[in-house]
Amino acid sequence: MVRLGLNGDSGALITLRDLGKTYHRGSEELHVLQGINLDVDKGDFVAFMGPSGSGKSTLLNLVGGLDVPTTGSVTVAGDEITRLSGSRLTAWRARHVGFVFQLYNLIPVLSALRNVELPLLLTPLSRTERRRHVETALSVVGLKDRAQHKPRELSGGQQQRVAIARAIVADPTFLLCDEPTGDLDRKSADEILELLERLVDDHGKTVLMVTHDPRAAERAHAVLHLDKGVLT
Amino acid sequence: MRFLPLLAANLFRKKVRTTLTVGSFAVALFLFCLLVTIRGAFNQGVEAAGADRILVINKTSLIQPLPLAYRDRILRVAGVQHVTFANWFGGVYQDERNFFAQFAIDHTTYRDMYTEFVVPDDQWEAFVADKAGCIVGAATAERFGFEIGDRVPIKGAIYPGEWQFNVRGIYHGRRPNDDLTQFWFRWDYLDEKVPSFAKGYVGWYTVRVAPGQEMVPVSRAIDDGFANSPFETRTQSEQAFMASFVEQMGNIELLMLAIGGVVVFTLLLVTGNTMATAVRERTGELAVLKTVGFTDPFVMGLVLVESVLIAAAGGVVGIALAKLFTLQGDPTGGMLPAFYLPSWAMAAALGLALAVGVAAGLLPAVGAMRLQVVQALRKV
Amino acid sequence: MALPLVYNVESVRARWTASIVAVLGIAGSVGVFVAMLALANGFRAAVVTSGSPENLMVRRAGATSEIDSAVNLEQLRAIEDAPEVRRGSAGPLVSPEVVVIAALPLKKTGTDANVQLRGVYARALEVHDRVRIVRGRFFRPGLYELVVGGNATESYRNLGLGDAVSLGGSVFTVVGVFDAGGSAFDSEVWVDADVLIPTYQRPRGFYQSVTARLAAPDALDGLKRRLEADPRFTVQIERETDYYARASRMMTGMILGLGSLVAVVMGVGAVFGALNTMYSAVAERSREIATLRALGFGAGAMVGSFVVEALLISAVGGLVGCAAVLPINGLTTSTLNFQTFSHLAFAFQVTPSLLAGGLAFALLMGLCGGVPPAIRAARLPVAVALRDL
Repeated sequence: MVRLGLNGDSGALITLRDLGKTYHRGSEELHVLQGINLDVDKGDFVAFMGPSGSGKSTLLNLVGGLDVPTTGSVTVAGDEITRLSGSRLTAWRARHVGFVFQLYNLIPVLSALRNVELPLLLTPLSRTERRRHVETALSVVGLKDRAQHKPRELSGGQQQRVAIARAIVADPTFLLCDEPTGDLDRKSADEILELLERLVDDHGKTVLMVTHDPRAAERAHAVLHLDKGVLT
Repeated sequence: MRFLPLLAANLFRKKVRTTLTVGSFAVALFLFCLLVTIRGAFNQGVEAAGADRILVINKTSLIQPLPLAYRDRILRVAGVQHVTFANWFGGVYQDERNFFAQFAIDHTTYRDMYTEFVVPDDQWEAFVADKAGCIVGAATAERFGFEIGDRVPIKGAIYPGEWQFNVRGIYHGRRPNDDLTQFWFRWDYLDEKVPSFAKGYVGWYTVRVAPGQEMVPVSRAIDDGFANSPFETRTQSEQAFMASFVEQMGNIELLMLAIGGVVVFTLLLVTGNTMATAVRERTGELAVLKTVGFTDPFVMGLVLVESVLIAAAGGVVGIALAKLFTLQGDPTGGMLPAFYLPSWAMAAALGLALAVGVAAGLLPAVGAMRLQVVQALRKV
Repeated sequence: MALPLVYNVESVRARWTASIVAVLGIAGSVGVFVAMLALANGFRAAVVTSGSPENLMVRRAGATSEIDSAVNLEQLRAIEDAPEVRRGSAGPLVSPEVVVIAALPLKKTGTDANVQLRGVYARALEVHDRVRIVRGRFFRPGLYELVVGGNATESYRNLGLGDAVSLGGSVFTVVGVFDAGGSAFDSEVWVDADVLIPTYQRPRGFYQSVTARLAAPDALDGLKRRLEADPRFTVQIERETDYYARASRMMTGMILGLGSLVAVVMGVGAVFGALNTMYSAVAERSREIATLRALGFGAGAMVGSFVVEALLISAVGGLVGCAAVLPINGLTTSTLNFQTFSHLAFAFQVTPSLLAGGLAFALLMGLCGGVPPAIRAARLPVAVALRDL
């Protein structure tokens, strides 16, 4: 269950308390996010919507440990990540977050298999074990037969599915999706959203998604609006 | 000129890359100048050789001496204006590695023969007054810190023993490529000290041919005069003599230059390619300039000017560094006394840089000019 | 946890035009470096192999080479009588030698070059045991006959087997060609010492040097101490190999000096080229890099990966440079050795250690060219780069 505006310890999977981010442009101050309070439970599927410049991506970056907030805290599975720094944060990210980007961000010179394998290289798994996980992930997204293809040999939808396989292969605590259907045609977009739904319903994944697409938002359990840095 | 800000902005956009490219150019041209200098140093003997001087050596072997008595006979040969002589001393100052040429010269005639070297009158007179005196070239004097009045000990090799000379003067050259490393002392001092069987011998004679006279017939006349004597002579122009040495070194020089040529070529290729890549990356922006209204030739001109500016900047830096380096003199410790970068070489180097700048920028510039705006924007 | 090597290999392949440029720059530097060292090596080898560690050489104290040295009969006797000198069947293995410079025209240019003309006796072949007659025969004593080194016969006109050549006013016939193992002797012409002395008007009873075989290699010190301390003799005695090592020093020094200068300067240029290539790579792949960082690859892994990529490129460059330069091995060239004042032919010598050095140089350049861009890759602002279009 997703809850806004609570204080104190809630036992949720992801807890944001009084989260704020301010950028300084010369002498100007830009308050991109202000006073965000949010609880997300395991198995939730949350969509964040809002106009351009509302701070959606910034919120995602903070939750994913890609950026550091100006005020407030982010707690995931009991770890207050805003206290972590540098390499500890990187290690945390590898373990807990699966990213899905609008532009897929696959490594163009590597095959689908090797792209999906990347997060596992940060684990102590052996080569055979890694390969097993990769095959499983690719099967889940339905692209086992495309394992040896390079990204440029795959359609947009297929590339995004590979990206999702990469995001889940290391069994992260939650998935962060930044406009996952933004670059896809209607049909592919629907396929991707279906896949995300399956991951949540059948595999118990937790998904936080930023999107413009109202049809994407429909599939989520909860839709939150971000406007001028305030979450509603 | 009002486009200067645009030009500057483009060049400084990626400071690191611009710096590196300028640096690559600088390196390539530094090497080019260095090679010209090395080549000049190898050939210095030839280039600095007196145009009107001929050398008389023992025909049998370069290392055989000639009798002092020959001097008067040479003077009587038609066409001979002036004669001097010297011996190669070949001693060691402290360490064999401190090599510099030492000559025992005839103090009465040497100065008038080698007019390219300049010694102040008072110093020369002190030299004439002191039998154990010596004159040192400015470069050698600086290298070892010799000053007028110093006592220089030289260990004789061909003429064994410990020799001591008093520095009475320092000589300079009139031309930038003159050899300033020589060490002159008095032949009469040498002759006095050698054992009797070695007295009265000179290493070679230098002859100035009278103006209007041809060197070849005079040379032949001299040699004919001593034919069938115990000391037969071989006379040739100073230039030919020096050239024969260079010939023997020839291969080394050729090799160095060949290698150097490859080096410079490669560097310019590398640099040119980098510049071309930089332009290709900016296809989008160039397209935008066109949509704003700048003409095709203008865009091409912009690219070309940037290219040439980078090349020129690199060229100037490289050439300046090379000049500074060569001003320090011979880096081999005595084997290449005339280590000098002439102005014509500097100009040629700059020309080369600009040529490469144009060449590297031309292809992408033309591409930029022909750019179809729609295609370019779509790539973005 | 490290990024897989295949990532770097594939990335280099994908950007092969840019990589080729860096490879060329490094290959050029390595090639020059190895070529220069091979040149110096070859020169030094030619001179050094002239000597044998079992031989000693006697010259006048203070002489800088052979030409300016003189050893008299009394000193020669002292050597012949010394117990430290080995005795052969015909007497002590001692070779007194007269050395002069003669001018002979080169085949290639027709201009004169200085040849070392060595007056010896038959014993010389026993003392310099690496010298063997390969064509014709040794000269007969008292006759105007010459034996010529392999390089000399190739380099000079009129020094072929059977040719007649004029030296010092007399006509000599070439009766044999000898092989001296690629050493300086191969550029020399040998003649009977007793014929050379009057022909070149050298004083009788004097030789330029005396070479002798030691009875045992470590006998040198005893002999040296005894004779050098004797006030009757002003001689310097050293192992033959040491003499030749010093005789090549100046020239080797010059070649190495100039060559290193060129190689280093070019190395700097190559590093600039490599830096440019790698910086471009980082710029082009900024989104890729940001993704990897987002996935959890830390600064160490990023730096490591890019350094490995730079090393890959430079290793290829090093191999190309070494391969390109390998054919010059054995190529002969010649020059004037200032220290002996004579013309010397020698061959480029490329050794495995030279090649290894070249490769190390390449990797060093790769390191210099790879580290700064790698650090930039590690420091890239991730969030910004991820959305970079």
